[in-house]
Amino acid sequence: MSKQQTPTFQETAASYLDDTQLRRNIGHATQTIRGKRKGVVQEMPDWEALREAGRALKTKTMRHLDDYLLQLEESVQEAGGTVHWARDAEEANRIIVDLVKQEQVKEAVKVKSITTDEIGLNKALAAEGIQALETDLAELIVQLAEDEPSHILVPAIHKNRAEIKALFKEKLDADELTDRPEDLAEAARLYLRKKFLNAKVGISGANFGVAETGTVSVVESEGNGRMCTTLPDTLITLMGIEKVVPKWKDLEVFMQLLPRSATAERMNPYNSFWTGTTENDGPQNFHLVLLDNGRTKVLADEMGRQTLNCIRCSACLNVCPVYERTGGHAYHSVYPGPIGAILTPQLKGLEDEGAASLPYASSLCGACYEVCPVKINIPEVLVHLRGKVIDKKKKEGSLRDKLEPEHVGMKILSRAFSNAKRYERAQKIARTGQGLFARDGMISSLPGYLSKWTSTRDLKAIPDQTFREWWRQRDE
Amino acid sequence: MNISLFITCFNDTLYPNTGKAMVKVLERLGHSVIFPFEQTCCGQMHYNTGYQEETIPLVRKFVDVFKDAEAVVAPSASCVGMVKEFYPQVAQRAQDPQLAKAVDDLLPRVFELSQFLVDELGVEDVGAYYPHRVTYHPTCHSLRMLEVGDAPLRLLRNVEGIDLVELPDAEECCGFGGTFAVKNADTSVAMMGDKIKNIKSTDAEVCTAADNSCLMHIGGGLHRQRGGVEAVHLAEILASTEEQPL
Amino acid sequence: MSNAKEAILGRIREALTDVPEDENLQTQRNYRQEGTLGRQQVVDLFAERVAEYKAKVSRIPREEKITASIRDACHQRAVEKLVIPEGFPSDWLPEGFTFIRDSADDLVSHHELDQTDGVVTTCALGVAETGTIILDAGAGQGRRALTLIPDYHLCIVREEQIVELIPEAFDHFEQKVSQEGAPITMISGPSATSDIELNRVEGVHGPRILDVLIIGNE
Repeated sequence: MSKQQTPTFQETAASYLDDTQLRRNIGHATQTIRGKRKGVVQEMPDWEALREAGRALKTKTMRHLDDYLLQLEESVQEAGGTVHWARDAEEANRIIVDLVKQEQVKEAVKVKSITTDEIGLNKALAAEGIQALETDLAELIVQLAEDEPSHILVPAIHKNRAEIKALFKEKLDADELTDRPEDLAEAARLYLRKKFLNAKVGISGANFGVAETGTVSVVESEGNGRMCTTLPDTLITLMGIEKVVPKWKDLEVFMQLLPRSATAERMNPYNSFWTGTTENDGPQNFHLVLLDNGRTKVLADEMGRQTLNCIRCSACLNVCPVYERTGGHAYHSVYPGPIGAILTPQLKGLEDEGAASLPYASSLCGACYEVCPVKINIPEVLVHLRGKVIDKKKKEGSLRDKLEPEHVGMKILSRAFSNAKRYERAQKIARTGQGLFARDGMISSLPGYLSKWTSTRDLKAIPDQTFREWWRQRDE
Repeated sequence: MNISLFITCFNDTLYPNTGKAMVKVLERLGHSVIFPFEQTCCGQMHYNTGYQEETIPLVRKFVDVFKDAEAVVAPSASCVGMVKEFYPQVAQRAQDPQLAKAVDDLLPRVFELSQFLVDELGVEDVGAYYPHRVTYHPTCHSLRMLEVGDAPLRLLRNVEGIDLVELPDAEECCGFGGTFAVKNADTSVAMMGDKIKNIKSTDAEVCTAADNSCLMHIGGGLHRQRGGVEAVHLAEILASTEEQPL
Repeated sequence: MSNAKEAILGRIREALTDVPEDENLQTQRNYRQEGTLGRQQVVDLFAERVAEYKAKVSRIPREEKITASIRDACHQRAVEKLVIPEGFPSDWLPEGFTFIRDSADDLVSHHELDQTDGVVTTCALGVAETGTIILDAGAGQGRRALTLIPDYHLCIVREEQIVELIPEAFDHFEQKVSQEGAPITMISGPSATSDIELNRVEGVHGPRILDVLIIGNE
């Protein structure tokens, strides 16, 4: 991962908030999916039992991750696959680039994988003269537009049909195109068909890897996943180490939770489960690359560990009032939204200013936790990470950091609040101090830190009598 | 019952009328209300902003002030949420098993006002009179952290003269979120804008909620926009009577 | 390479020092594991749910009608050249069509598959609650490419192959996966995408038309 600092959420959110087209596109998409998700979840009488089983299975897996990974490696190899281990993005890229080069091809077909985006695989392949062809419709849109993904499940959610039509017209030479989604999908089908039939190497991510059997799975809709994992001679799958599940039977839990939470369907069109290689059927060379890239750091934090339970459904993005308004790009990570706000800072580390700003990109409304199919308590982890941000600032922060109004204010208030007499004195000081700004019980303009409040909202002034003063008077 | 009032620093300083209203309601129902003067702040702002070390003395103080209370009731879902959800974690951070035990002992006796009235006292009609058109915003912490459910609505439905209207997309956050409102002011205001649009669409005179912090944000926006809708805490509506209207 | 493996395992073990070595957490599986509906209700539900994905569902009371049903389906879809998987019952096939037979000794190439109009297969299992068809590459179902490249898939399901719930399906395939390593493909409707404005639209890379024929056992 690059050591370059990413911009903070606060710095960039404003420009996305001002993009009315973007807000309409995302608002429309997330509102539609929210309603549908509710419907398919409500029809399940045992949804809460499934969530609890999902949480328990993931928790167990993370707590014994080393055992399950070793078991997975053995099962995959027994079934005819080869397993590789990668400590970081650079190592994973090197392994995959070498494997592709061995096949002497200049092109590989890819099924959508955020993990490959995380390590910047396409760039690494391009540097060696190999084109990674994105075959998922949304990823294709992002790739053709030279854009960045903005959603875990639907990376091009920020684009509407008219924008996609214009893009396809230009890049796919599809002159007679309408903006009907059916026609746009057809254009992608025509463009990719030949590529699939001639592909020698396929690259995928993985939704699950079963330790017990060595089975790996890709969950998808379009059939491009099946194409990539079935037609090429060689299949290379990149899987984060947290994607392992203990047993085949455990999939029955996740295969009920995931589709309903993700695309709000009872079941998505296609799910592929392959176990090593099969004679005459599918790729005859299968490579599984297991990726750490910061995941063991997440594992080491007892509170943060639950972040690894994520099955990438993106339900939390779709219900998040912050994500709905800023879109995914404001998060400057391939993992946006609430889950990204806890995963990114843990993967990248709090040294990165952008990553360290993400735990604050939330009003802590809790809607994400409510819908999470594996019950990740995202607000709790957000608050935990805020604690780490501040602890770090206290330890390593510059003098300037320590003179920030918020920092100073918190210190003063903490001291004031720890004693009732000091607290009452502070109340009086504040009441006197506001005299300059208050008019008719309201404050319309404040300087400095609090100007962020009064630029759009009036602030209620402190009244003449506090509650405790009234109570004292009443007692007399 | 002897009810200890946890007024919260925010209401004590900025919204004393909410506290007075709460006293009025509880006394009207025949309970005696105690106000321990030593109380200050639950520490939510510190904790949620990341100043978690600074929260430890405030948790100690809270436990010390209220440890012997029969019931502790506060007019703020988010402060009660802080106590119930995060105090055990603060105690853990302090590595103080005695504090952890004291917190565990105290937590079942701490309540948010509407939940206390409906679930603990079993009262839904508090004898209030409030002849206004009102819409109710379920704050995030009351809804998702404390799970007060429809307790506030049950109380409001029993208020005489009230014209209660449903708020569209009621369960969406108003955008306050504590220091979020200042740290990410642009996003916060975008969320508030939609909330205000929904409130105005109801033609209500009053928007109410179980938390003055969210109401300060919503009310501040409404006031700036000359929205013509007032933000009023639930307790104040419940305290209002024909003889002593709000 | 083994360095990376040791390093990652080392990091994991270091990260998990709080976990007792002999810890054995049990998972409460309080969700529905077995269906409760009657046989006919299960079949009806399956037919209804498959149809909701915009697949066409037909039902015949018994096997002897099958040849006519396959002929009708292919006529309706104007399909003339079909690929037939190994192990598919030959006596089910109607006359007047071109059938290309795929077998282990004579594999039909991907390009040849692309030149066919469709494929007709049996299946391994149906799941009613989700309207899902499951293939395990067994006799009559064929290699995975067969049900992927042609634009039309006619799938034949016997009533007794339909279970109610997803856990029943995972139970069914446990042996097949752990012992034979059979590839499992779950199909729920024709290929689709939700990538444009998060709305499901049928027909992308996999078969754009899915017909399902349910055979009763009268």
